[in-house]
Amino acid sequence: MSDSTRFGPYGGRFVPETLMAALEELDDAYRTIVPSAGFQQEMEYYLQEYAGRKTPLTFCRNMSRDLSCRVYLKREDLLHSGAHKLNNALGQALLTRFMGKRRIIAETGAGQHGVAAAIAGAALGLSVEVYMGTGDMERQALNVARMRMLGAEVVPVTSGSRTLKDAINEALRDWVAHVRDTHYLIGSVVGPHPFPSLVRDFQTVIGREIRQQILEKEGQLPDAMVACVGGGSNAIGMFHPFLNDPVLLYGAEAGGEGLSGKHGATLCAGSPGVLHGTYTYLIQDAFGQILESHSISAGLDYPGVGPEHSFLRDEGRVIYRPVTDAEALDSFLYLSRTEGIIPALESAHAVALARTIAADLDHDDLLVINLSGRGDKDVAQVAALTRGCVE
Amino acid sequence: MSGSRIDRAFRTGDSPLLVACTVAGDPDFAESIRIARCLAAAGADMLELVMPFSDPVADGPVIQKAGARALAAGMTPDLLFALVSEVRKTTGIPLLIMTYANIVFQRGIVRFYQDAARAGADAVVIADVPAEEAAPFCDAALLAGIDPIFFVSPTTSPERMELILSRAQGFIYLVAAMGVTGVREGVAPETLATLRAVKQRTTVPVVPGFGISAPGHIRIYDDAGADGVIVGSAIVGIVDRYAGRPEEMEEAVGRLIRELKGASRRERDESFLQPHPGAFQGSREG
Repeated sequence: MSDSTRFGPYGGRFVPETLMAALEELDDAYRTIVPSAGFQQEMEYYLQEYAGRKTPLTFCRNMSRDLSCRVYLKREDLLHSGAHKLNNALGQALLTRFMGKRRIIAETGAGQHGVAAAIAGAALGLSVEVYMGTGDMERQALNVARMRMLGAEVVPVTSGSRTLKDAINEALRDWVAHVRDTHYLIGSVVGPHPFPSLVRDFQTVIGREIRQQILEKEGQLPDAMVACVGGGSNAIGMFHPFLNDPVLLYGAEAGGEGLSGKHGATLCAGSPGVLHGTYTYLIQDAFGQILESHSISAGLDYPGVGPEHSFLRDEGRVIYRPVTDAEALDSFLYLSRTEGIIPALESAHAVALARTIAADLDHDDLLVINLSGRGDKDVAQVAALTRGCVE
Repeated sequence: MSGSRIDRAFRTGDSPLLVACTVAGDPDFAESIRIARCLAAAGADMLELVMPFSDPVADGPVIQKAGARALAAGMTPDLLFALVSEVRKTTGIPLLIMTYANIVFQRGIVRFYQDAARAGADAVVIADVPAEEAAPFCDAALLAGIDPIFFVSPTTSPERMELILSRAQGFIYLVAAMGVTGVREGVAPETLATLRAVKQRTTVPVVPGFGISAPGHIRIYDDAGADGVIVGSAIVGIVDRYAGRPEEMEEAVGRLIRELKGASRRERDESFLQPHPGAFQGSREG
């Protein structure tokens, strides 16, 4: 067991033997190609000229007045594709090309990663197939249409709970069968090593920009930062550059119907085990069978979490709190009306937790929320859920 | 020692041994005991009993469906060990448990292997534990007198193959087809090349699995030097097809085993009389 594959006890490579060669090849590419000047120059080009980085760090006057602290939003909703997922999709698609592979497969829950993979594939000339649970395809019909328009094939997944977890199972099975010419472009900081580190490194651009921007605007680091956590890629991308700084870090998990009902709050209410190639906190029964998670947001509807988050939870470095469906829905409308920004339901969980912790902050304390995606994809769902309450 | 039951089977059995796989608890606990006994009675040389997991990434649709059926019928590790004990009462052939890492983790690694040994199992195979993650599982296996079984696949690098072969006991499980479990048409040349490469490096028996469903497959692997073959989805598919008709199911399962076992034996006998054209040149050991 090599330490580089772990975060404390978490992580590792719990995969069928057939995948080990591909993981070793990817690990080698991660250590040699990604840091190379040639790769970094191309990455810089795509992030700036194509995706629209850097994204703004917006000071929110209305929310700051309302919450009695200085609130900033990191605007990943303004990134091309409408969510932070594109940072990772471009990185891995570029890596696929450097590795000489021509086909990428991906899984998607909310559809944001599927769209990002479809965009990156189109931009970089790679064929793209996206596995998506049929349950999620119904919830996120707009993103299904977007992926198809972008030239990707959407493969319906009917096994298990027909959500993100099952889409990952099918993508792994595809990869096992086509490992020589295919790269599995995983969408979050989950899965076997090196994925949790690789995806994190492509997402830390979020935290690095926040650091530079907040120092320019305020001359000091934030007092607290909040991000939502499903698999946890936008959160780790935001938190990682601040892990050694005196900044309070908060992760908002999917509290669903509450922790006594159905939820997706893996770190708040789960226990460690192995799923999708990694040792991490899971929602499972006493025998180790994985239970169905639930969240109002498809992107947080996952019974696992990135292994680095499991480590940060145990270390006490990041505080994870559940946010219920009702609280997320309320904050979806709150941000829309207070600031004129419609957040993704995933990001609305971060807004909700920020509103809670703001009570403990002073009026000149700095609070940064990662607005990981925009809410267009959720408009129909929210309209249906709030019928009678919203005109 | 329970581990020696496997060594003895390879030493004294009629090569290639037929390893018959069934999903424990499919379609329900009582019927799956009858199916396992049926497989043994029909001539299987070894049984592989799958403890189902909710997220079986190494399995194709047939075994996925069977696993879901078993879990829906209430299958648990406690019932698995009860099933192994029941089957052990009526047969002396080696019994293998196949499962996924999380099932073993949640019971406690040491406890899982102790319970397996006490029930009469001879080996445990874990689909998602490669050699790099295997240390705690191997330690627990050796403590319990259980053989830890390792996989080799056509994508396994020479360096990793050395690592795997240095730890292998019982037999090497050769992943005979790229991808997940399931019935397949033919046999990939790269699999045969891997089989011969492994045979050259170890005296531990080598047993291909994944995609083997017909007498023709078995003959090809026999010619290439396989010490056994594992048949899974073809058997599990019969359980699915004859749902609700246990007598026909048991008859069909028995017929398949006799056909696979008998055909391979007959064809191999013919091959002694009439040498095959030199398609497969690997020399047989043992």
